[in-house]
Amino acid sequence: MGASALLLAACSTGAPQAPEAATDKSDSQKTLRFDSRDTYRNTTGEDFPLLEQFSASTGMAVTYTNAVSDDNVYYGKVKNQLKMGQDIGADASVLSEWMAARWIRLGYVQQIEHDKLTNFANLRLIFQNAQFDPGRRFSLPWRSGFTGIAWNKAALPGGLATVSDLWDPALRGKVGVMSAMRDTLGLIMLNAGVDISSSSWGDAEFTTAVNTLRDQVSSGQIHAIKGNKYKEDLKSGATVAAIARAGDIMQINQEAGDQWAFALPTAGGVLWSDVAVIPIGSTHRSNAEAFINYYYDRQNAVRVAAATSFISPVDLRQPEIGTIPQELSRNEMIFPSEATFTSTKTFRTLSQGEEQRYGAQYQSVLLGAS
Amino acid sequence: MAFSAFATGTAKEQAPRRKSKIALLLLLPGILYLMLFFLVPLVSLVITSFQQPVPYGDIGEFQNAFKWENYVDVVNTYGEHIFRSFAYAILATIFALLFSYPLAYFIGVKARRWPLLQNLMLVLVIAPFFISFLLRTLAWKAILSDESFVVTGLKALSLMAPDAHFTGTPAAVIFGLTYNFIPFMTLPLYSTLERLDTRLLEAGSDLYAKPAMTFFKVTVPLSMSGIVSGVLLTFIPAAGDYINASRDFLGGTGTQMIGNVIESNFLVTLNYPAAAALSIILMAVILVMVTVYVKRSGTEDLL
Repeated sequence: MGASALLLAACSTGAPQAPEAATDKSDSQKTLRFDSRDTYRNTTGEDFPLLEQFSASTGMAVTYTNAVSDDNVYYGKVKNQLKMGQDIGADASVLSEWMAARWIRLGYVQQIEHDKLTNFANLRLIFQNAQFDPGRRFSLPWRSGFTGIAWNKAALPGGLATVSDLWDPALRGKVGVMSAMRDTLGLIMLNAGVDISSSSWGDAEFTTAVNTLRDQVSSGQIHAIKGNKYKEDLKSGATVAAIARAGDIMQINQEAGDQWAFALPTAGGVLWSDVAVIPIGSTHRSNAEAFINYYYDRQNAVRVAAATSFISPVDLRQPEIGTIPQELSRNEMIFPSEATFTSTKTFRTLSQGEEQRYGAQYQSVLLGAS
Repeated sequence: MAFSAFATGTAKEQAPRRKSKIALLLLLPGILYLMLFFLVPLVSLVITSFQQPVPYGDIGEFQNAFKWENYVDVVNTYGEHIFRSFAYAILATIFALLFSYPLAYFIGVKARRWPLLQNLMLVLVIAPFFISFLLRTLAWKAILSDESFVVTGLKALSLMAPDAHFTGTPAAVIFGLTYNFIPFMTLPLYSTLERLDTRLLEAGSDLYAKPAMTFFKVTVPLSMSGIVSGVLLTFIPAAGDYINASRDFLGGTGTQMIGNVIESNFLVTLNYPAAAALSIILMAVILVMVTVYVKRSGTEDLL
């Protein structure tokens, strides 16, 4: 583990002082460094013609990376530069909402100039606001998806309907869950009747959910808690049911034949979102805004959604959806109807105290500590 | 070979008698390097381990203090993980020694007549190291997974329960640690056994010692420096390893080692003092265990 990183951590003391935004040099420098996700598929395929079109029409050189493999690891790499207001080597970073909320809270991101975002109005209303960022002054929705339950159709022909079905003794040792806290505990809490998007719940509800998970792990019901590798367990047959993301199940179905089914539990599914933020030290804010605005164009957005199997924040309508194959356009997990959206909830933004407490509580389950 | 450096005790005899300014000058880059990349981080690690959260501060914000309770807290919370790490590391070291000694003996002593075979076997010991540590561990994960021929075979022979798993168990983690550190054990052993004077073994049998007695009275003491180096090179990294025990590799929630706890505290919960305190504890326990071990085995020259 980087002792030098600890050194830097040791030096970082005292009351937080928000760094100042770097000067925008977008007018003179037509470049953009965009740190995106490695879990997004087709970033080298169908997604890229759009990138090339954008570059051709604007004359901007875009460096599109998959640097954000894990929010925590990415944050660990850049947090010291962010704290000092320095350039982190990216003009825009795609983060999970909860991590973006932390960056915004700490003053690590630049304010977005909405005048430049002519396509912002194309976004679905639910994406035009966020609990952690009212009016989207600091973050812009990039891609979303649903978390629910998945199962092997051959092993479980009857299917699953609720998270409680995962705790059926017949599935002992055959259940996988994701290590992402808001996905797994979000579903468990929804199953317990908690509205995860409202502030009506607190320590008691969270602890109950953690204890449910802990019991299922220690009893051997849950085979493993993994990051992205939970889908490998489904593929290999080590697990036959799991708490899963819809996009991952579409992916393994494409890779290994149509063997798995996905459903939003009857008590509700989790809607997760990744958002783009402009780090405080970025010198190309306007370029980043122009790029994101380009992706908010309805026709462009439908192409990206079809290519990547993620939900676009753009409110896609019939003229655009009509341009893609019907089978794909009817997929509720990529092009959800209002009804599907309503059956899902977004995990509410945690206060910094809650983030610390809940994070430690959840990690104790993952580490097998009491 | 770097490993042979561990197997010699003649450094004192070769030391220059006069103090030379040039020698000091030549040492300067090394000293500066150690100061910058060892001493400074170590001091900062100690400082971090005593820090306390900034009042009303955000996640990951700490200030200097003398909060020794951090150590009590981590031992209370993660005592099991600390114990588990050393238990796994000791077992992996023992297994690596049991596996490597005959191997090193064969390469270093029996295969002397066939230099080509000797070299080929050495290459075979080292060859896996041309592949990344992560990839090797991932490969074992695939080999030991539930649907692999190993596990299905064991289940078919009723040597494993039908619903049992191998990955995620302590056995899998210890297996991974043993496998990954075998070359660190084999090479120092080889470098001492290679120089073993076989006439001494003949003398042993001439004096009517049984092969086992010759082995324990002659071969083992003569290869002690190799054993000690191999044990240190295996035990120290194994105790701090966090790849094999990781939930994404061979481990599970019940096999997490101290390295995994440090990783989680450092990267996820941003509890730097806890991560630092655990690192110091890990270092201190290793230091004590190694000192006792080296004293006991009578090879202080190595330190």
